[in-house]
Amino acid sequence: MSAPYEEATEGKVYTVSGNDWTELVATLSGQQDEQLVVNMGPQHPSTHGVLRLILNLDGETVTEARTVIGYLHTGIEKTCEYRTWTQGTTLVTRMDYLSPIFNETAYCMAVEKLLGITEQIPERAQAIRVLTMELTRISSHMVAIGTFGMELGATTPFLFGSREREMVLDVMEYITGLRMNMAYVRPGGVSVDLPAGAVDKVGELLKVMPKRIKDMRKLLDANPVYLARTKDVAYLDLTGCMALGITGPMLRAAGLPWDLRKSQPYCGYETYDFDVPTEKTGDVYGRYLVRVAEMEESLKIVEQALDRLAGPLKGGRVMVDDKKIGWPAQLALGPDGLGNSPDHIAHIMGGSMEALIHHFKLVTEGFRVPAGQAYASVEGPRGELGAHVVSDGGTKPYRVHFRDPSFTNLQAVPATCEGGMVADVISAVASIDPVMGGVDR
Amino acid sequence: MSTDNLPGVPEEPIARLGMFGAQDSGDTSGYGGLVVRRAPRLSTPRPYGGYFDTVADELERALGGDLADAVERVVVDRGELTFHVKRERLLEVLRHLRDDPALRFELSLGVSGVHYPHLEGEELHAVYHLCSITHNRRLRVEAACPDTDRHIPSSVSIYPTHDWHERETWDFFGIVFDGHPALTRIMMPDDWDGHPQRKDYPLGGIPVDYRGAEIPPPDQRRSYK
Repeated sequence: MSAPYEEATEGKVYTVSGNDWTELVATLSGQQDEQLVVNMGPQHPSTHGVLRLILNLDGETVTEARTVIGYLHTGIEKTCEYRTWTQGTTLVTRMDYLSPIFNETAYCMAVEKLLGITEQIPERAQAIRVLTMELTRISSHMVAIGTFGMELGATTPFLFGSREREMVLDVMEYITGLRMNMAYVRPGGVSVDLPAGAVDKVGELLKVMPKRIKDMRKLLDANPVYLARTKDVAYLDLTGCMALGITGPMLRAAGLPWDLRKSQPYCGYETYDFDVPTEKTGDVYGRYLVRVAEMEESLKIVEQALDRLAGPLKGGRVMVDDKKIGWPAQLALGPDGLGNSPDHIAHIMGGSMEALIHHFKLVTEGFRVPAGQAYASVEGPRGELGAHVVSDGGTKPYRVHFRDPSFTNLQAVPATCEGGMVADVISAVASIDPVMGGVDR
Repeated sequence: MSTDNLPGVPEEPIARLGMFGAQDSGDTSGYGGLVVRRAPRLSTPRPYGGYFDTVADELERALGGDLADAVERVVVDRGELTFHVKRERLLEVLRHLRDDPALRFELSLGVSGVHYPHLEGEELHAVYHLCSITHNRRLRVEAACPDTDRHIPSSVSIYPTHDWHERETWDFFGIVFDGHPALTRIMMPDDWDGHPQRKDYPLGGIPVDYRGAEIPPPDQRRSYK
């Protein structure tokens, strides 16, 4: 029996579903076709979610690589226009699901810019943002490195990466109540203060994590198989990065120390002591080295943020003072397992009619944001994550657009893959570290 | 809301109708004053402050001395500089912004659109965010086109990164970027009708049939407006 095929305008179309390679080879033997078009994805384990690659192959060499996206488009930007400014955090956090805190922070910074309250955000809230962002960066890079190993056929990096990420997610769950998509950062600050014991919990992570990152380094840094698959693969120089608008570890692996945390600091990053790691190789291995080094730098920042939160910033406010913007209640986990604030309930239900009206209006209708537009960006794990937010003066955004680094960086696929071997396509795409939730939004 | 956030003379106020299903009045409680004013069309006089003046001066010099001919309005708002550029001169302006050593906005952060149905003659805006790594500056460039003639020249030749961004803006807003190498839909399916991020396109859009009952699109279930 031979693999089924049908004649189409562009030639013979073979449908391969796995386990039928022998039949395909039998059918193809004796054929003169040199060009082969391979459709990789959208449901391929090594394409990071639902990315589709169309590869034009000449033997094992890729002559053309085209990317098809949009399979995960959920219209988050449109939905934002129908929900309040506060509800927006719940929506944007779901875009790039490996860096939820970054999405929330970029969005909230843009909203705060529109409100003109950037300077009024309490220092403790900023430190908590920095703490959670850097923890998220570690977990995101762990996934990037882990899944990369998996795609090259090694399961150990993946198991290591997932284990380490799990530790971070546990801490995030402890702090915010959710492992992912936590909607923790809100316009004006963060939704709740760190719970009791959070500092110790992060402290434990800080004790274990350096050793775990070292383990990852031991496993991969000088691994001959890993080097063979990553060194001099998917090279993209600085000129290419600039033209394609590429930011993040890919840009820094090409030698430019461009990091918004240093060059255009936000959330008080200028007060933290850390380095921006770079490599000059511009290849997959360089990007890996940058990511690992960034995790080590992130740990430094987490440590400093933790010291501040436990020391000078202890007991400070985590939401802006303006009662017309801040969420009315400071919630805490109640005995029923839900977020509650008995004091606040007693106040609005038994004490003050005005407080009840205020609470009702603020929660259902939301606050108004003066008309105008603002762009705020943070250095996400994949590069510059920007939020362009437009207000018409109402209680809902007029337009929310996210400049997601995965979306832009994915345009580098043809530049890094064409002319290379088909096996290196996997390395190239994985080194971009695209998250389709962010690409398609 | 304080009025100093709305400098200039605002346009006609728009009433936000229909909170909690009420369609006959702008405000169901009278408490919050649910009448909002549209964004005024700002134009900032000089001096702009900070490096904004330098950028404007250098662009004027690069353009040959007449900034107002290419840049319709300059807006400085919330610490951000925006050039509203005539679409005919867009490529020229972008090329100077990228190439001139004194400007050098070598990194573009992409294109997105905004639909302002009430701005007659310039309903569709393409917004470009540029960043200069050399000088550590940021700039926003806006080009507008009327809904009846949705054409803006493509800037892929200047910033190759705009390839996908312009496709996305075409997909969502229907702005045709003339000269784009392959202006096709990128997020929506190839055979999709309409451009979903436009204000006249409903959220959800497609009524869902469930057990014989028709569930309206999300934005029409309860009037969130």
